[in-house]
Amino acid sequence: MSDTKEYTLYNDKVMDHFMNPRNMGDIQDADGVGEVGAAACGDIMKISLKIQDGKIQDARFKTFGCGSAIASSSMATELIKGRTIEDALKFSNQEVVDALGGLPPVKIHCSVLAEEALKAALEDYVKKHPEAVEHAETAATK
Amino acid sequence: MASRTVFLDHLSATPVDPRVFDAMKPYFTEVFGNPSSLHRYGLQVRDALSKAREQFAFLINAESPEEILFTSGGTEANNLAIKGIAYANQRKGNHIIIAETEHPSILESIAFLEKQGFTHSKVRVDKLGILNPDDVRNAITDKTILIAVHHVNHDIGSIQPIAEIGKIANEKGIAFFSDATASAGWVPIDVRAMGVNALSFAPHRFYGPKGVGVLYRNRKARLVSIIHGGVQENGRRAGTENVPAIVGGGLAAELARKEMPQRIEHVQKLQKRLMDGLSTKVPYLKINGPPCGPHRSPSNVSLATEFIEGEGQLLLLDHHGVCVASGGSCVSKSLKVSHVLSAIGLDHALAQGSIIMTLGKDNTESDMDYVVETMAKIVEKLRTMSPMWDEFQQGKIDSTIAPRGIGKSFTEHAAAVSGHREERSTTR
Ligand code: FES
Repeated sequence: MSDTKEYTLYNDKVMDHFMNPRNMGDIQDADGVGEVGAAACGDIMKISLKIQDGKIQDARFKTFGCGSAIASSSMATELIKGRTIEDALKFSNQEVVDALGGLPPVKIHCSVLAEEALKAALEDYVKKHPEAVEHAETAATK
Repeated sequence: MASRTVFLDHLSATPVDPRVFDAMKPYFTEVFGNPSSLHRYGLQVRDALSKAREQFAFLINAESPEEILFTSGGTEANNLAIKGIAYANQRKGNHIIIAETEHPSILESIAFLEKQGFTHSKVRVDKLGILNPDDVRNAITDKTILIAVHHVNHDIGSIQPIAEIGKIANEKGIAFFSDATASAGWVPIDVRAMGVNALSFAPHRFYGPKGVGVLYRNRKARLVSIIHGGVQENGRRAGTENVPAIVGGGLAAELARKEMPQRIEHVQKLQKRLMDGLSTKVPYLKINGPPCGPHRSPSNVSLATEFIEGEGQLLLLDHHGVCVASGGSCVSKSLKVSHVLSAIGLDHALAQGSIIMTLGKDNTESDMDYVVETMAKIVEKLRTMSPMWDEFQQGKIDSTIAPRGIGKSFTEHAAAVSGHREERSTTR
């Protein structure tokens, strides 16, 4: 091709998070792990969390999914680090979409998958540590 | 930008052959007449269309150029064939037989007709994507008015036993149409030997321009028009012809026929090199469809790579300059896996990891080696990111391609974690 523009399926931000994903991997002694699948496309996402003093110290992901799912999980783990459990339970996929500078309409569910994997990991933590998060627990099971 | 590009999506488009492009040029500027006009400009262009008809007839060994009809593309040709033949025969019956792995332009035309009282039977294909002509025979009822079976499958390259089906159709006096959009120019076509009454194709798959399609139909395929408002194409398809594209397409057809032996030999060699290379260098990778040989289009390579998904492969390949299609380019926006891959019984997770490569005459052996190398690299990268690959390593899930007999199947696993999602989403 003679023109020099770089044509890509997603915007630069999404491509960057897809090509150079942040926080990819597992946490060995994770405090909470969530793995969820998207019924629409069959993609699967797993998020592990390290939680200390009610705060998310570290978040890692592994994703079997499209470019936008990989970018969403990369971004979600970036956004969530440092938040309290209560804050994290309010996390919404829209934050991921905004931080990524938008996703194509058919790819919004990929960011929903990230939200759900994160919440599943938090639920897992809450289940194991009911004492640590008494009011967070009520929020989680609502 | 990638240092090298390898275009492996020739089923979606091919570069126009420079000889074809040269032949087209005068028809934009000097020879610009409308073939329906009665003056010298019109008559001159009419001549050019006649020549193109001959060239298209030559490619598929049609008896007469009169049997060649121009449309805007393969999709319109398929719509015209299905709807046109169905309407023309509706007094005789309302039943249509197709293969389950037809192109969406056929499937959706059929769905449209169903709303108007037509019915259809879908004939199953085997694991290689090939149907059994006996199943076509068994599906025939006294209401059957049309049999439509594609020549070569778009996704997996399977070649259907068209001549045998043609025999059955002719014996029963039922019109027989074949969608040859994935084969024309790459697999020899002889409409007389194949016993088809109608056949569609488009030259942009063999180095002609986009914007023109061809519908061959002989006397046995009665056809009513679906586009009205003019007498073009003997009243079968109204609308001013795309003259430059038809002229270019005609030459592309002539060249395709003349150069076919070399083109086939070339891509077949590349196909084998690519398939062998991928199968040996990339673990847990499977070739979809028939092996190289008489039952597979020489230009198609369809593969499924386990534990990773197709779009990521496509994006990373593109980043390395390798352009491919993912599990059926027409459906990639709908998130569904290709109906063809489901029809051959491919596991859902494997179908998700499928990509399609279609070879062309300008690809080289070293391109194939580069693609194999690149594919090995990107598959490894995507697997390190995939929870499925981990779980496979840990023995929690099993491989479908090379089962070890430990762990549950991917599908069971996926259902379990998606079930979790469904519970949650009801609370959303
Ligand atoms: S397409 Fe389903 S997660 Fe991206």
